[in-house]
Amino acid sequence: MNTEKSETGEGKKRSGDVIVETVSRVMVPFIQLFALYVIMHGSSGPGGGFQGGVIFGASFVLLVIAFGIVNAGDRFPEAVNTALFSTGVYIYAGVGLLCIICSFGAAQYLNYGFLSLPVHFEERRALGMDFIEIGVGITVMAVIAEIFFNLAWKKEEDEGEE
Amino acid sequence: MIIPIDLILLSLVVVLAIVAITVRDLLSAIMLLSAYSFLMAMVWVEMHSVDVAFTEAAVGAGASTAFLIAALSRTVRWEKK
Repeated sequence: MNTEKSETGEGKKRSGDVIVETVSRVMVPFIQLFALYVIMHGSSGPGGGFQGGVIFGASFVLLVIAFGIVNAGDRFPEAVNTALFSTGVYIYAGVGLLCIICSFGAAQYLNYGFLSLPVHFEERRALGMDFIEIGVGITVMAVIAEIFFNLAWKKEEDEGEE
Repeated sequence: MIIPIDLILLSLVVVLAIVAITVRDLLSAIMLLSAYSFLMAMVWVEMHSVDVAFTEAAVGAGASTAFLIAALSRTVRWEKK
């Protein structure tokens, strides 16, 4: 990347290639829809919260690569990402604790069947699994996006100092 | 399992791994590792382990390639002798 920048010179932040921008703009909603599908079908097939979260985070990474890292700081502030991955952990831990609370201490942590939902035992188990997957997916999505932004933003800061 | 497809995929995986650790251009090494991950995902599918293949394709070929390129953008592209 350094060699490309020295070749083009001019200190241009990004080239603004129309093919890359159009393709990523068209593809990102489908990638995110596929990520949601993977998260919701994780209990009954291949996939799950981790894989869906990685795909969702990768869609943000693609968006940032295509449209330049400079403007991404306003769209994805670090405080929102921190709140998101805390929210995912709290959903996971909260559903787990709710199983103990709803059964008055009779069931184990994450024993979904004892959640007090107005459906059958097996449906409660499937729904609890889906809640857990949603929590894992939110956490993984925020962490993937945050790792990539931290790796890429440091470069911009260094260039600003030079 | 189909034995010829397995043999082709596994030999390609070995070749890609050896080339990825011997090449001096680090961007090429990252791209070869991405191709290695994708071929490993195909090997997992061939072994009827779709869940592991899913994780390998999403994390190995997708996210870790972007991370490695972002890390490469903070250092030099060519490995020193």
